[in-house]
Amino acid sequence: MTNTNDTRPHMPLGLAQRGYTGVIQHLSAREAGSALSDIELESRLIELGFVEGARVEVLHEGLVGRDPIAVRVDSITIAVRRREAMAIIVA
Amino acid sequence: MELPLLHLALVGTPNSGKTSLFNALTGSRQKVANYPGVTVERKEGFFVTPQGRQVSVVDLPGTYSLRGRSPDEEITRDFVLGKASGETVPDLVLCVADSTNLRLTIRLLLELKRTGRPMVLVLNMFDIAARRGITVDVERLAKELGLPVVTSIAVRKGGTADLLKLTDEISARLAAEAEANSWRALSVSELRATQREADRIIADCVSLPARPDTWTARIDAVVLHPVGGLIVLTLILFVMFQAVFAWAQPAMDLLKSGFDAFGEFVQATLPDGLLQSFLQNGVISGVGSVIVFLPQIILIFLFILLLEDFGYMARAAFLMDRIMGGAGLHGRAFIPLLSSFACAIPGIMATRVIDNKRDRLTTILIAPLMTCSARIPVYTLIISAFIPARDVWGFINLQGLVMFGLYVAGITSALVVSFLIKFFMLRDYAPAPFMLELPDYKMPRLKSIAIGIYTRAKMFLVRAGTTIFSMMVLIWFLASFPQPPAGATEPAIDFSLAAMIGKALEPLLAPVGFNWQIAVALIPGMAAREVAVAALGTVYAIEGGKEAAEQIGQVLATKWSLATALSMLAWYIFAPQCASTLAVIRRETGSWTWMAVTFFYMLVLAYAASLLTYNVAVALGAG
Repeated sequence: MTNTNDTRPHMPLGLAQRGYTGVIQHLSAREAGSALSDIELESRLIELGFVEGARVEVLHEGLVGRDPIAVRVDSITIAVRRREAMAIIVA
Repeated sequence: MELPLLHLALVGTPNSGKTSLFNALTGSRQKVANYPGVTVERKEGFFVTPQGRQVSVVDLPGTYSLRGRSPDEEITRDFVLGKASGETVPDLVLCVADSTNLRLTIRLLLELKRTGRPMVLVLNMFDIAARRGITVDVERLAKELGLPVVTSIAVRKGGTADLLKLTDEISARLAAEAEANSWRALSVSELRATQREADRIIADCVSLPARPDTWTARIDAVVLHPVGGLIVLTLILFVMFQAVFAWAQPAMDLLKSGFDAFGEFVQATLPDGLLQSFLQNGVISGVGSVIVFLPQIILIFLFILLLEDFGYMARAAFLMDRIMGGAGLHGRAFIPLLSSFACAIPGIMATRVIDNKRDRLTTILIAPLMTCSARIPVYTLIISAFIPARDVWGFINLQGLVMFGLYVAGITSALVVSFLIKFFMLRDYAPAPFMLELPDYKMPRLKSIAIGIYTRAKMFLVRAGTTIFSMMVLIWFLASFPQPPAGATEPAIDFSLAAMIGKALEPLLAPVGFNWQIAVALIPGMAAREVAVAALGTVYAIEGGKEAAEQIGQVLATKWSLATALSMLAWYIFAPQCASTLAVIRRETGSWTWMAVTFFYMLVLAYAASLLTYNVAVALGAG
């Protein structure tokens, strides 16, 4: 929680490049345009460890459209499409 | 007095090592079945504790929460809550955690606690955690969570001793422990709160080393590289195909000659007549023609289980997700489709890993278009009879090129069909999200793999002994009755129901260049595609035996036109002729409709492809 970096602008994780590191500020499922309902998407993201204050790092990108991305979330690695990652606001 | 059977349930997130713990506890004393009404695998095993208590343990599908967003997860929730139909509520829930990765499991555990079931946290893979410098204050963790915590190393001999001892202790005072269920679906803010609580407990009880697993990072740098990763994947697939098609051959030949010898023994021992024909042609050659594929099935599962245990499968799905997404397929469809090259049956069964219903259905519908190994005998026969073995462009063998072309045609049509399904039938449907944990790599364990192969081989054999057996009996009946009149010189099959059907079908099949003999051969081909080869042999009244395939080839070359042969090849790319595949589709989709849809769309494709091939070939002078 103490890692919030106020000097950096908030951005969706879905736009992050490979090598990006940051801290999750909040979840905003409405921004994502996922096939899932907002509540469902948010629940699934939390269940995979995407909660406020978690450190994230974009480790890998896919070949087509640099999608999906492999994200280190604290101590685990999660693969997620950029579309869903748009719901994760980081800084 | 003997104590009643103690019921345990294993719950945990995917990749928590639940299944290897299950294997370590029960060994080969396992029963695999389906939960009633759904196609979720129910794995139950048995063991005895050091104090002699009989225990049944059920390995529940992996889940991150009790919300139940897929049939698998619903089963896990209902089972723990004691709501699953026909199931006993578990006496004790073992929540299994990967000690190197506690975050998600502790959150799940906090949610599970609300169900009031007596519970134990099992810190599995404790050795790997220790090696990576992760230390867990087990006593403090137990105090914070308010339940017993035990460490285990499922893959090591004696690694579950503490767990067994604890099971005995707990079972002695179980009756007092169960509490009322206060679980209900968590809201988003409650989910968040449980994850925060989990993170706080972990921060208090677990010390993590500064850096993550370096091996996983090193391997992933290559394996998940956008270009390098695809090259590695291609190499793995190449070795896998090589194994399935080349290494399995000796074992398959051995099985085949074994069944042939057995059939000849029956022919020699029993007097000519119905019983002899039934045993030899119906039972032995019919069931045998399917069991011959056992080595291939074992090999393909060996590869799949090895890659899965190693942690590579999630990576393959990651690499293929967008590439397959273009055709409307989910990244997780990759493995089922791959398995379908051996046989569509394990492929369709493997679609269970896809949690979205529509994605799963699309994958099931196109799986039979992958060129399964049963088509190979048919392709080989026709290609060697009609396609000259000369080189094109100096170095490529024409026969091999045609074979390759048939594979490509199968894959291409599968992608096109998937695209059309997405475009026309599931139009209102936005792509299901792809969210997947990429677990740290782990060394696969021999025992776990062996048990996995054993249970799958057993399932395959049981099916060969039931479904396929009954199909073979039916087809034998059609091909044998009515009996020829005394003194008839034509082959017996000419008088049978099968021949009547074949002749009735002939007008329909004439436009694609098939004669009635082919129509007849297509009928037994329903049981298993490669049986068509043997059936053609019978129809052309050639004696069977080892050189049968070669001889049929010569006969076909004189009796068929090139156009008919090409048309037959085109037919087999699509032909829906496999009763067992259709039976599996019916079971896995739980619907006769989707089975019928698969049958008819493939039939239409086969007919159209043959019609086109035949007429183009005739127009070019090959008629």
